[in-house]
Amino acid sequence: MTAIASAKRYDAVVLGAGHNGLIAACYMARAGLSVLVVERNPYIGGAAVSRQLYQDFTYSNCSYVCSLLRPEIMRTLELPLHGLQIIPYEGGCTMMRDGGHLALYDNHDALRREISRHSKRDAEAYDRFARDMLRQCRFIKPLLMRTPPDPTSFKPRDLMELLYLGQRFHRMGETRMYETLRFWTMSCADFLDEYFESDIVKAHLAGSSIIGTALGPRSPGTAYVLLHHYMGDIDDAVGAWGFARGGMGAVTNALAASFQASGGEIRCNAGAERVLTSGGRAVGVALADGTEVRAATIVSGLDVKRTFLGLVDRKDLPAEFHRQVENFKIRGSSGKLNIALDAVPSFPAIPEGAPCIRGDLHITDSIAMMERAYDDWKAGIWSQAPYVDMLIPSQIDPTMAPAGKHYMSVFVQYCPYELASGSWDDGKRQAFGETVIQAISRQSPDFRKLILHAEIRTPWDIENEVGLTEGNIFQGELTMDQLLFNRPVPGYAQYRSPIRGLYMCGSSTHPGGGVMGAPGANAAREILRDLRRDDLRLDGLH
Amino acid sequence: MSDAANRPPHFKQPLLTTPFHSRTRACSTVDQFVAWAGYTTVDVYTTVEQEYFAIRNACSVYDLTPMVKYRITGKDAENYLNRLVTRDVRRVKPGRVAYSVWCNDDGHLIDDGTIFRLETGEFLLCTAARQLDWLLDSAIGFDVAVEEVTESIAALSLQGPTSCAVLKALGLRGVERLRPFDIGRFVLGGADMTVSRTGFTGDLGYELWMTPADAVSVWDRLMIAGASSGIRPIGSQALDMARIEAGFIMPNIDFVPAEASVRIGRGRSPFELGLEWLVDLKKGHFNGRRALVAEQKRGAARRLVGLDIDGNKPALKALLYADKSCRREIGAISSALWSPTCKRNIALGLVDAPYFETGRQVWAEIYLCRELEWERRVARGVVVEKPFYAPARRKVTPAWDR
Ligand SMILES: Cc1cc2nc3c(=O)[nH]c(=O)nc-3n(C[C@H](O)[C@H](O)[C@H](O)COP(=O)(O)OP(=O)(O)OC[C@H]3O[C@@H](n4cnc5c(N)ncnc54)[C@H](O)[C@@H]3O)c2cc1C
Repeated sequence: MTAIASAKRYDAVVLGAGHNGLIAACYMARAGLSVLVVERNPYIGGAAVSRQLYQDFTYSNCSYVCSLLRPEIMRTLELPLHGLQIIPYEGGCTMMRDGGHLALYDNHDALRREISRHSKRDAEAYDRFARDMLRQCRFIKPLLMRTPPDPTSFKPRDLMELLYLGQRFHRMGETRMYETLRFWTMSCADFLDEYFESDIVKAHLAGSSIIGTALGPRSPGTAYVLLHHYMGDIDDAVGAWGFARGGMGAVTNALAASFQASGGEIRCNAGAERVLTSGGRAVGVALADGTEVRAATIVSGLDVKRTFLGLVDRKDLPAEFHRQVENFKIRGSSGKLNIALDAVPSFPAIPEGAPCIRGDLHITDSIAMMERAYDDWKAGIWSQAPYVDMLIPSQIDPTMAPAGKHYMSVFVQYCPYELASGSWDDGKRQAFGETVIQAISRQSPDFRKLILHAEIRTPWDIENEVGLTEGNIFQGELTMDQLLFNRPVPGYAQYRSPIRGLYMCGSSTHPGGGVMGAPGANAAREILRDLRRDDLRLDGLH
Repeated sequence: MSDAANRPPHFKQPLLTTPFHSRTRACSTVDQFVAWAGYTTVDVYTTVEQEYFAIRNACSVYDLTPMVKYRITGKDAENYLNRLVTRDVRRVKPGRVAYSVWCNDDGHLIDDGTIFRLETGEFLLCTAARQLDWLLDSAIGFDVAVEEVTESIAALSLQGPTSCAVLKALGLRGVERLRPFDIGRFVLGGADMTVSRTGFTGDLGYELWMTPADAVSVWDRLMIAGASSGIRPIGSQALDMARIEAGFIMPNIDFVPAEASVRIGRGRSPFELGLEWLVDLKKGHFNGRRALVAEQKRGAARRLVGLDIDGNKPALKALLYADKSCRREIGAISSALWSPTCKRNIALGLVDAPYFETGRQVWAEIYLCRELEWERRVARGVVVEKPFYAPARRKVTPAWDR
């Protein structure tokens, strides 16, 4: 194919219109750069997307709840002005195999009385648990919107950042320092054992520690994943979760509007094929349709494997870097069902009138059952009794489904990227969906007959549609060896790559996945610093 | 317990009502309730002023049921509590009550509360915060049972100069012979009732402990028995005035319980809170002892003290300074009140060394909102001994009974 050079030159081209790519693009455009975003799909959003696949139902196809998105980003980029509204939802519930349930409520007294139905001790231990989560959050949160320091560097900025980190850590005092170190490396099951005795309480709380990871509740490192999910807040309510009104696509649509308002351009159906280099420097990008776009700054929102193993000439990369990228852990473990429902299904385990029906619903009532679900994944089959995180956002957000009808989002853990029996096909995908529907039906007799349409997505589908390697939702496992200055790989945690002018801004970078936006914003800060545009002092970027 | 089954579910009505609710609700004229430890309780019945004076002038009745209660029983109950709290529990004889605090390993207060020694091997621990997990963890290795019994004991606090007279009129013969911190058992209309000469007002007063089933009839009898002695139900606001005059501290107001604090450096030791009289470093090992021994050697860096402040404007939440120009900040006020009985402007505040010494002068920066316009005042304060108000009748036995 002969290259057609695009007439227009840009200061920067961003690869992928996921939320992080768009955020980096917004900040660069606001700093006065001419910026183009190229997206492979016919629509923008990446894993933060709303789509209509069946009648007037809107699905949050991938991500479905929002609270990690940094408020300083929403504010600086004026996302509310461009249509973004986050609505909190309350609580959640785990239904038990014996017909019982445990719900979580916002009201402290309701929550205590609810937990004490299962264990009086746990009811009173919950405050200590919540306090410790808050303590850890307070330590980590200020690090989200900062570039991790390079611990091997002697540059003043790295030293200052290391000092900052060290001081924050030191100020905790001895006991809390030990606690924190343990916390970052221990398993969620061990962590919860330090507070609770009741299996149902532990099972409910452990859910967040396995979502999106190829680890079980007993695997070391999962306590941190729990925290990662707690890190968000909605207007200061720490750990609160909410819906983006109109689905998660509302986030990326607002970003696109903000970007365009600052003069940015987005091109869909424009997959990047190759990053063009010259003398070890990025000079542009070649698109799938043969177009070449020239720009001195290329910013990739794709995961680190897709970027460096797919778009870059391997000869341009140091061998060590290349090897580390190949070994980057990015295993797919999650599936998803998006379901159009004729009505809200009944769940006999949930008491009449309990508000938890509008929160996150689960059917895994013990850590053992959760670990068992993980065992299946290791064996290369989808969990026969899967963990589900299921929500019916249309009960709160009227825009998601026609009146009286409902949209249900079912996140499924675990589902392998590659099956022991070989690759995925239509039949296996249907069978996977059937397993999930059956599991839910055990708690909801009328569920199946209310289903009008179901979109079933395996990690393989997620990889193919969104481009997330192996369908890993975080663009790479959130374990200590891949966090902070080790994310994505040691020596390259500051959004730069071995190729000058080529930057990373996706969830593969610090502080990781989820619709948080911090990677995109941090990357923009580093780029602008290199371009000496950081004197603009964009509000919200330190 | 009978109404527990008919109660609306907790997700519809998170707060519980106490067994006295039908009566307290009926006495409330201004509809001012407040959530306290999971219960809906009366904040003000009619007017705070009138309720306050019932405490100092006649007999106040306060629904104490929400106070969190743990029953601790077993062969090792004494040893267990002695290991848990800072006081020497061995010196608390059966039939006696002791106020104490307990600490974490850093020597910082987890809570304060009262220990009722009902029998040799049976205690009731009354606390502000729920902490069953802490109490159970501390019980490892001891032959004790710890049980949360808040809902199964109804309690009323009778405080004020005529409180003994009211109890006598109720038919509790010999109640006047209870010494402060004594526990007595009585039978009232066939029902058992435990009475302790305790309270949170620094005045003559008693606390009545009964089964929830007897609650309403005890309340009704009390109101009749006390009619001529000025008996009056009081809400939390009036009680709070009295407790400041008595110099008592409140968790989450005057200190943050160490195990509930999120931020670093918020824990407070008994020394810092002026509670060294509760710490017995010689009794043998207890939680936090090592840290407290070290702190005693070092000397406390700050201290919660009583302050007498010029003027009559309560110095609520005021910052404290060493100088009138407010350059050197040395602490802050946590509780403040214009005391109607002492006619003094009093406060409790945490003050840095050396300014916390009695007689030292400090300056409080007070902001007053006067019809939406703010006025700033810098008032002189003097560190004074607590309690601010301590009538002799609180200690006299036999108690005043007229
Ligand atoms: C099923 C699922 C559920 C999730 N649930 C939640 C949740 O509830 N809450 C939450 O906070 N997070 C959730 N996540 C995680 C979160 O959605 C992702 O971590 C986040 O959206 C990733 O954003 P990103 O911008 O870093 O990358 P992406 O969203 O992956 O963006 C990359 C973009 O690049 C495009 N692209 C790929 N290849 C090319 C190419 N060659 N050329 C041009 N463009 C290309 C892709 O189409 C995509 O638009 C979920 C993820 C999944 C998959």
